[in-house]
Amino acid sequence: MVRLADLDEPERSHLGTIPCPDFKTQPWVNGPPLQQRRVAMISTAALQHRDDQPFLLGTGSYRVIADDTPDKDLVMGHVSTNFDRSGFEQDLNVVLPRDRLHEMAAAGEIASVGKYHYAFMGSTDPIAMEEDARTLAGHLKADGVDSVFLLPV
Amino acid sequence: MGGLAHFLEDEGLATTQISLIRPQTENTKPPRALWVPFEMGRPMGPPNDPAFQTKVLRAALALLERDDGPVLLEDFPDDAPNVTDAAGAENGEGWFCPINLPPPPADLEAGGGFKAAMEAEIGGLTTWYDTALRERGRTTVGISGMTIAEAKDFVCAFLDGETPDNPRDDVVLGQCLKFAVEDLKAFYREAAGAQPGQNSGKEMNDWFYGATAAGKAMYALRPIAFGLTKELDDSFMGTFANLLLIPASQKYRIEKQEA
Repeated sequence: MVRLADLDEPERSHLGTIPCPDFKTQPWVNGPPLQQRRVAMISTAALQHRDDQPFLLGTGSYRVIADDTPDKDLVMGHVSTNFDRSGFEQDLNVVLPRDRLHEMAAAGEIASVGKYHYAFMGSTDPIAMEEDARTLAGHLKADGVDSVFLLPV
Repeated sequence: MGGLAHFLEDEGLATTQISLIRPQTENTKPPRALWVPFEMGRPMGPPNDPAFQTKVLRAALALLERDDGPVLLEDFPDDAPNVTDAAGAENGEGWFCPINLPPPPADLEAGGGFKAAMEAEIGGLTTWYDTALRERGRTTVGISGMTIAEAKDFVCAFLDGETPDNPRDDVVLGQCLKFAVEDLKAFYREAAGAQPGQNSGKEMNDWFYGATAAGKAMYALRPIAFGLTKELDDSFMGTFANLLLIPASQKYRIEKQEA
């Protein structure tokens, strides 16, 4: 169990006071029952294929992870050293739960899984991600995705 | 993470997300978020626990069916199972590395000391790394594009006062060093985690940074990387030395060394 209160200083204060953008709007999209939804995932673990262009510090670009990408093709290019990687090393589902999502689809709990998932690198100003994120929305909708599950590390 | 949710929702996609740092999520106010009491790096909880991961996933996706937002920030009720808490650690419970490594020589800082010690450690870890590779069908080593022997030699060249050529043309030397360091860390962790048993990230870090020559090499590398920042006009090298080499939770060892 790890809560912010369990962390030592100065890590606790740093994580608890990271500046966040002040969004002026509060968008909210309703949708059909979960059983009718097509779900894709976005991770900020800087997951990438071994031969992808590496993530660069401070840039908001993303990498495409086809849903059928073998686990062994993915590595983590995140710059931060302040989160655990041993869980990811033992089981990709810790950061990108593809197996779990497919099990829910097979059980009819969701309609389907998107053809593509995506990865950004956290530790990046969200505003630097805005342009790519809005572009990505078009790709997700073109794939029929209506719902997105986002996972930080 | 919350920023991405804002942008995607604004473009017409419903989003739900995991929150690891609740105060950040409270400030960012994404449409829907499930705060989980897990350590950073493990948004779905412990590895190889499908039932628990499914419980987390169902709780996060269930927020998509709620119509009482924005903003929804729910708390997942369960702690991650099988991970040693602070009280347990104080009582000597919890994960420990099952592999006996050769004791590092007394003076690692002497010329070639780190290299010899790391070669001995890597030699002892390789069979467990291979075991993990066979059982998992994958390794996460590889971001540097080097073999482990090459990554070790690359890092040790810096430790021996050399400034090796950058073998890559897509990143600066500092980032190349960062990748080599991350591959070494991943190799050690994958080998150490090969045998059954749940480790926390903290337990793994305590072992790597506290009990291995490679971990001690990270502390020795820090001032060297700092020194190269200006010499090479490589600002990444300074950021690497200051923030991206040693976890904040392990920096107390620097203060101990300096005391």
